[in-house]
Amino acid sequence: MDIKRDYYEDVRFFQSGVAVFWFAALLTFLAFYPFLFKNYYVYVANYMAINVIVAIGLNILVGYTGLISLGHAGFFAIGAYGTVVLMSRFHFPFFAALLLAALFAALFGFLLGLPALRLEGPYLSIATLGFGLTITKVIGRIPFFGGRQGLHAPPLVIGPWHLDTDRKFYYLVILVTLILAAAARNLIKTKVGRAFVAIRDADVAAETLGVNLLIYKTLAFAVSAFYAGIAGGLYAFVLRFIEPEMFSLLMSIIFLAMIVVGGLGSILGAVAGACLLSWLDLELRNILSIPYLGTWLEHLSKSYFSITGVSNIQFIIYGFIMVLIMVFEPLGIYGFWLRTKRYWKTWPF
Amino acid sequence: MTDLLQIVASGIAVGSFYALMGLSMVLIYKTSEVINFAQGEMALASVYFTYFILTARHVPFYLAFPAALAFSVFLGFFLEFAVLRRAKEPNVLGMIIITIGIEMILLGLVSWKFGADPKTLPFPVSPYGSVTIGEIFLSSLEVLTFFVAIVIMLGLFLFLRFTRFGVAMKATQQNPVAARLMGIRTKRILLVTWGISSLVGCVAGLLIAPGTMQPYMMWDPMLKGFAAAVLGGMTSLPGSVAGAYIIGIVENLFGGYISIEFKSVVAFFIIVLALCFRPSGLFARHYVKKV
Repeated sequence: MDIKRDYYEDVRFFQSGVAVFWFAALLTFLAFYPFLFKNYYVYVANYMAINVIVAIGLNILVGYTGLISLGHAGFFAIGAYGTVVLMSRFHFPFFAALLLAALFAALFGFLLGLPALRLEGPYLSIATLGFGLTITKVIGRIPFFGGRQGLHAPPLVIGPWHLDTDRKFYYLVILVTLILAAAARNLIKTKVGRAFVAIRDADVAAETLGVNLLIYKTLAFAVSAFYAGIAGGLYAFVLRFIEPEMFSLLMSIIFLAMIVVGGLGSILGAVAGACLLSWLDLELRNILSIPYLGTWLEHLSKSYFSITGVSNIQFIIYGFIMVLIMVFEPLGIYGFWLRTKRYWKTWPF
Repeated sequence: MTDLLQIVASGIAVGSFYALMGLSMVLIYKTSEVINFAQGEMALASVYFTYFILTARHVPFYLAFPAALAFSVFLGFFLEFAVLRRAKEPNVLGMIIITIGIEMILLGLVSWKFGADPKTLPFPVSPYGSVTIGEIFLSSLEVLTFFVAIVIMLGLFLFLRFTRFGVAMKATQQNPVAARLMGIRTKRILLVTWGISSLVGCVAGLLIAPGTMQPYMMWDPMLKGFAAAVLGGMTSLPGSVAGAYIIGIVENLFGGYISIEFKSVVAFFIIVLALCFRPSGLFARHYVKKV
């Protein structure tokens, strides 16, 4: 069946012809998506794609390298603010601004990676958490970055195209997402990726075998921050408005939840988790308008809870999904997928 | 000089809140290596339970307070028994995500039931009455908090040092397998640890609530308590208390003399600096995991 015979079979981009088919199907679907769905769903897709980018980047750090970050909203904010400020105040073209902002985020990732060399577990989580909180405080304080009022994204013009609607912006976002996802998948198959995995499994053993922890741990942080930075830059143009309060601790937690729900240490898992949670995030905001369930919830709120707090049902559902998935399937959605695949492979035995 | 003393005194008062939250997190981390992000919201649920029985059911305070403590203990028992114990092949990150999930569920339930608007908890000690010591002013609630924190610390210390159960808890923390072979019911130890920890958190919550009571009130104390615990070493009870007072004082000094705006983040800066030199906190021995 799928026994790997040599190394090149393992690192191939497509493992089989079936994979090529599904990839082509996915590309076609993505290409025609804006024509098939309403405007709102194109916006949803943009939002999802951006979360997918962050999730893939965070998965390189958490799932593959085994470090933890509770401060990814900070990198996300650096990307968003960097892009907008470079474009509106220094008149950089979009791609240059996006890349520069993401590189800047990567620089911060590198700096945060330095203390991470000696820290692990709770110690690392508190250090990254502090970073995330500090970044938003600092940005909110500086008038050059719009202070508490926030910033409006400038109009987005790339060459001859004026990307002013969600539909036009969609193709840019999807293209960037696909490129970054493919890059991440290939990165994992290289020497660097194997070094990451070795660090995750046993960092002392990895060091003994010649993996330079200083380089690879900071590199993991930098790559992950780069992804978050790119996503942040695009996010600013999806919302067209950014303010410091958006990039809260809750956002970092949701990013982490995405990859854990999706499956640690797998690109597909990160994509699935990001799509599921960001879809839920948007869908649950107007939970009372869902047919049947909405009226029942309204009734329930009126008689036992309070109608003013009904939007908080979102947190409850989120929480239940996180708890249930972690309790029953520690590998997340990807784990379910693996089990289903294995089940059908030997069916009916 | 009076200024400085006043700032330090208020720092110690704030530090007491952090110390209580830090203690409750360290208790759980010590026995099961779970970072309990739900700690703040467990306290929040107990506080709102107290509020509910006080205002809607008109239970007198001397009954409501023990009822709240009992509720918090059972909440701890329930979460450990129904959720944490069910986790398959738990790893550190998975446990963090589970506790964050619990946190979201509790936060959602509380703010669904009570709404986001601030409430006032009827509390016998007013947060506005003041006590004068020399030239320093402290609110009577702060003084109460300080003494409650001291009593709880001493109580926990004596409990862990001198009771059979406390020693069993220590044994479970050091080596669960060996502890089980010696006849300790490690599962029950974990259950009770969650109960005690939830109780300590509930006390902190009840002391914070008279000053400010809304669904997000426990976020800051919880994070600072966690930070304090990390600064102290995450496995050491006295360490977390010392860390809490250090954070409380430094934070207030920074707010008083340098910048009030960055007061709430300076704690994390100190921690990163401290951890660079002592990666396992100030008061804990550094362990390197075997391959």
